[in-house]
Amino acid sequence: MTVESTAARKPRRSGTKRPAAANAAKPAAATAKTHDAEPQLVQLLTPEGVRVDVAENPDVAEFAPFVADITTDDLRGFYRDMVMTRRFDGEATALQRQGELGLWASLLGQEAAQIGSGRALRDDDYVFPTYREHGVAWCRGVDPTNLLGMFRGVNHGGWDPTTNNFHLYTIVIGSQTLHATGYAMGVAKDGADSAVIAYFGDGASSQGDVMEAFNFSAVYNSPVVFFCQNNQWAISEPTERQMRVPLYQRAQGFGFPGVRVDGNDVLACLAVTRWALERARRGEGPTLVEAFTYRMGAHTTSDDPTKYRRDEETAAWEAKDPILRLKAHLLATGGADEAYFEQLEVESEALGKRVREVVRTMPDPDTMAIFENVYADGHALVDEERAQFAAYLASFEGGE
Amino acid sequence: MAVQKLTIAKALNDSLRKAMEEDPKVLIMGEDVGKLGGVFRITDGLQKDFGEERVIDTPLAESGIVGTAIGLALRGYRPVVEIQFDGFVFPAYDQIVTQLAKMHARSLGTIKMPVVIRIPYAGGIGAVEHHSESPETLFAHVPGLKVVSPSNASDAYWMLQQAILSDDPVIFFEPKRRYWDKGEVDVEAIPDALHGSRVARTGTDVTLAAYGPMVKVCLQAAEAAAEEGKSVEVVDLRSMSPVDFDGIQASVEKTRRLVVVHEAPVFLGMGSEIAARITERCFYHLEAPVLRVGGYHAPYPPARLEDEYLPGLDRVLDAVDRSLAY
Ligand SMILES: Cc1ncc(C[n+]2csc(CCOP(=O)(O)OP(=O)(O)O)c2C)c(N)n1
Repeated sequence: MTVESTAARKPRRSGTKRPAAANAAKPAAATAKTHDAEPQLVQLLTPEGVRVDVAENPDVAEFAPFVADITTDDLRGFYRDMVMTRRFDGEATALQRQGELGLWASLLGQEAAQIGSGRALRDDDYVFPTYREHGVAWCRGVDPTNLLGMFRGVNHGGWDPTTNNFHLYTIVIGSQTLHATGYAMGVAKDGADSAVIAYFGDGASSQGDVMEAFNFSAVYNSPVVFFCQNNQWAISEPTERQMRVPLYQRAQGFGFPGVRVDGNDVLACLAVTRWALERARRGEGPTLVEAFTYRMGAHTTSDDPTKYRRDEETAAWEAKDPILRLKAHLLATGGADEAYFEQLEVESEALGKRVREVVRTMPDPDTMAIFENVYADGHALVDEERAQFAAYLASFEGGE
Repeated sequence: MAVQKLTIAKALNDSLRKAMEEDPKVLIMGEDVGKLGGVFRITDGLQKDFGEERVIDTPLAESGIVGTAIGLALRGYRPVVEIQFDGFVFPAYDQIVTQLAKMHARSLGTIKMPVVIRIPYAGGIGAVEHHSESPETLFAHVPGLKVVSPSNASDAYWMLQQAILSDDPVIFFEPKRRYWDKGEVDVEAIPDALHGSRVARTGTDVTLAAYGPMVKVCLQAAEAAAEEGKSVEVVDLRSMSPVDFDGIQASVEKTRRLVVVHEAPVFLGMGSEIAARITERCFYHLEAPVLRVGGYHAPYPPARLEDEYLPGLDRVLDAVDRSLAY
């Protein structure tokens, strides 16, 4: 896609202010494969790394001002975020292959969606992630090594959600969208001006919980942003197995706006998320952001995408790599030089090394941890079983 | 050849294929069951051979999967639904408990609900949370549902076909850590009744009753006990609803001692019901109280602790010793 093909890149937005004709867009997905169609989305940086000319693209005009303050320094910062996140993710994948982690859900390809949206957040905003939001965690200041405990099998979380306003990963698909909505209802009741963001996947959008979250948030006008990373696949199922109308359009039926953004464009993700967060803060209620992106790797390390996915598809998306795109832009504009990229290489290597070391020396949990934190107030049955278990373990000591 | 050596996974796959060949009304539904063949490959190759109309990749929505399976059953189909992992059945729990289980009774017996819900369950594969649960009691407790679990390849092959033939909804729990265990399957045999128990090993001193993944552990425990001169009988329950109490009773009348073993929490688990019934039925035969070995009243722990959490040889043998000490 080039800058000239503006017609194909018109941003699409459903919502109350949208003219009826535009809203009545026919469900193209019923005939065409959604993930093959060239989507219409908000884009500020082309795959070649060229800034989209706002004057020539009036449809992005609404969002462009939300990144007007972004400096070259900021851009380098986003670049660093994406590189570090990818390095961490790659290290975790390698560690899984070496048997150090039981499983890993890679975010490869989704860095821009996560860093763009993550960097749009304020400290007092609250994040409800699914299980793949390693880049958002990075933006929240969660030490990446803390994300590995659950995948190594030493805990079910690994961080205190209240420290960084970053909730624990949620594995049951879509559940957290309701938690986010409830949290946002609380924020509104408190009269606070912070916002809440819920991450989920295109597959998750099929769950009843997600529809209920949409409806509750609309009915209560809650300050929540639903950030769907449409990475085209839910394990082996393509998006046409989940929906027949473009995802972002679904918001309209619930009474709030939906926007499709180029999920491989960090700037556009930042702009659209800021826009949605500000709506929330102003008391204008929920927004659905569909970040149109791609899962470059397997669903998790247990998955084999060659069973269901074409190589050509993956190759086509490689050309839209979010990191290469920003690098091209930085190089072309003189925003960064080779020395910068080399130094970043060193930095990311150091991160990889640290992650390796931490994982390899991560202690197994104490056996008695099975009985810890089952209840806040304690429970007689747990106490009894704990004591029996301790006695059982003790019976081995000094035995053989 | 009638007798083949198959993994449990392959036996299930063959069983589904056979059921689909024999009845065009049999459908498979679930997440990733098509091209991928399911995350455990139990439906591998079936979509290729039976088409997308019969092997249906569904949207990622368990309530939707079970709810539409109910509708398809109302229309004369026999859906076999795959829930990807035990912990993900709960979005569908409402449909299963309030609708699927009660449809026959509500319609005064006119409506049949031949729906099978296959659930890979229980632990031991080092998974993250929600991938290792043993929720069988939650289903066995619900009137209107039948609940079974095979422990070996032959039962996997036969019980699944019997479940599909049943006009009642059957929750079919597959012991996922045993998927790759091999066993002999006689595809021309006359299978045991779906809800009967089976003596997996004969013995005289104490009975171990188990189902699904714990049968193997109990057989190993019996082996180890034999080296110490103890004769342990192992009864594979196979069905958790209904439970073959007659079968357990027969064994207990012989051995006079019973230990029930399962991965699910002991509190209000299958073992509790079996202990109560067998105590009623065999009060004068019992030399020891019925003992239970199982999970704790605690969430399933992170993978690195599951070996401590799951009943293993030592805990089963410890219970055998305690029973014999009375
Ligand atoms: C309720 C529920 N059902 C099934 C699963 C198993 N599962 C885990 S991830 C996944 C696919 C999710 O796809 P999507 O929502 O698009 O997110 P992605 O993983 O692609 O980011 C499935 C089916 C689950 N975790 N929860």
